[in-house]
Amino acid sequence: MSAPGLLGSAWLIARKDLAIEFRTRSALLSALVLSLLAIVIFYFAWDSTAVGAGDLAPGVLWVTFTFSGLLGLHRSFGVEAQDGAMDALLIAPVPRQAIFVGKALANLAFVLGVQAVALPAMVLFYDVGVGAAWPALIGVMILAAIGLVAVGTLFAGLTANTRLAELLLPVLALPFFVPIVMPAAQATAKLLAGRPLAESFAWLRILLAFDLVFAYACMLVFPATLDD
Amino acid sequence: MTDVSSTPPATRRVDPVALLAFAVVALAYGRAIWFTPPEATQGFAQKILYVHAPAAWVAFLAFGVTALAGAFWLFLKDQRLDRLAESSAEVGVIFTTAVLVTGPLWGKPVWGTWWTWDARLTLTLFLWFIYVGYLVLRGVIPGREQRARYAAVVGILGALLIPFIHLSVYLFRTLHPLPVVARPEGPAMPTVMVKTFFLAFFAFTLLYVAFVRARMALATERDALDDAAVGG
Repeated sequence: MSAPGLLGSAWLIARKDLAIEFRTRSALLSALVLSLLAIVIFYFAWDSTAVGAGDLAPGVLWVTFTFSGLLGLHRSFGVEAQDGAMDALLIAPVPRQAIFVGKALANLAFVLGVQAVALPAMVLFYDVGVGAAWPALIGVMILAAIGLVAVGTLFAGLTANTRLAELLLPVLALPFFVPIVMPAAQATAKLLAGRPLAESFAWLRILLAFDLVFAYACMLVFPATLDD
Repeated sequence: MTDVSSTPPATRRVDPVALLAFAVVALAYGRAIWFTPPEATQGFAQKILYVHAPAAWVAFLAFGVTALAGAFWLFLKDQRLDRLAESSAEVGVIFTTAVLVTGPLWGKPVWGTWWTWDARLTLTLFLWFIYVGYLVLRGVIPGREQRARYAAVVGILGALLIPFIHLSVYLFRTLHPLPVVARPEGPAMPTVMVKTFFLAFFAFTLLYVAFVRARMALATERDALDDAAVGG
């Protein structure tokens, strides 16, 4: 069998990660439960007679995604720690960048999976009327997830080999989530308030630019985070 | 760089750049306090400008130097570049902290609030977070080569991040004045203030150079000491 190219190898690595995740289901289940718990607990953090649930929804949603996303990202390189799996991956005749793209694809599936459950849950619990905004809202979710995963995958790989990895990942990654979470939450708030999509274009442009710049930059610098 | 056994350690010698920096800082503040008139509406509170703005300039300069030194390290693998990145980041944290401390001190009398989620304020706060994350990362990696490599990655990505945070927080809201000095039709400030302002910028830049030199000398000695301990 001839060695596949960048995308082919990336696809194989993503499938491997997703197969592990699908068979153990440990991280996905935890992340799902965490995000549901967060949505429920946040409801009680404000006086519901003073602040409407619909006003809280965008903020709660994005805080929840950020933290459940971190949970999944941390695991993505954690699974390679056992039995020298990472060394095997490095020896494999695949481009180094393919490891990043593969891991990122698996993480993207993970984050989108969490969002697919958490978003309807929030709509249900917070009694938010989404109406015609569903497609735009899903678009914002996907745009934000790409940026989140690009940066998150890189830092997960970077911190995986350090002590304090589970602490260091959020400390390093959260500032990078600012230009994702802020536009995404602002756009979500506008969409949920029934405002036209055009009002969110300025925010969506930042999201899109972030995705493009950081997906590429992270892929480029990823080999520097690997220890031979 | 230097042979530690025969020459006196660089950290013991008095750096002429540091002397010059302290002299120019003293000059700038003498001028700012006694020879520059107070601003008409803000009164004496405006004097903090001569600390706040130059410190902010150095904070961003330091981060730029850290990112560039890291990027060059990835290609050249010269340890001095990594020491420069490390030193510049540490000095940058100090100046960023100075900005974050002087900002509220100025904001309280002039804006009426210690803290506000203004665009540039928020940006500086995140700059501080990125710096601290960078230094924490450096602190947990014992291997010199690995530490330099990881730090370079974070430094480069951090520099890419700054414009994005700037865009987002600017879109959120801003309270800061529009550019007062650097604007095409010339500074909207009396010449005497502009001169003091630029003198303070020059003084802080010199101070930055002096601090980084001192910090680099320390890093060089630390590395030499490590080498001596390992090499026996």
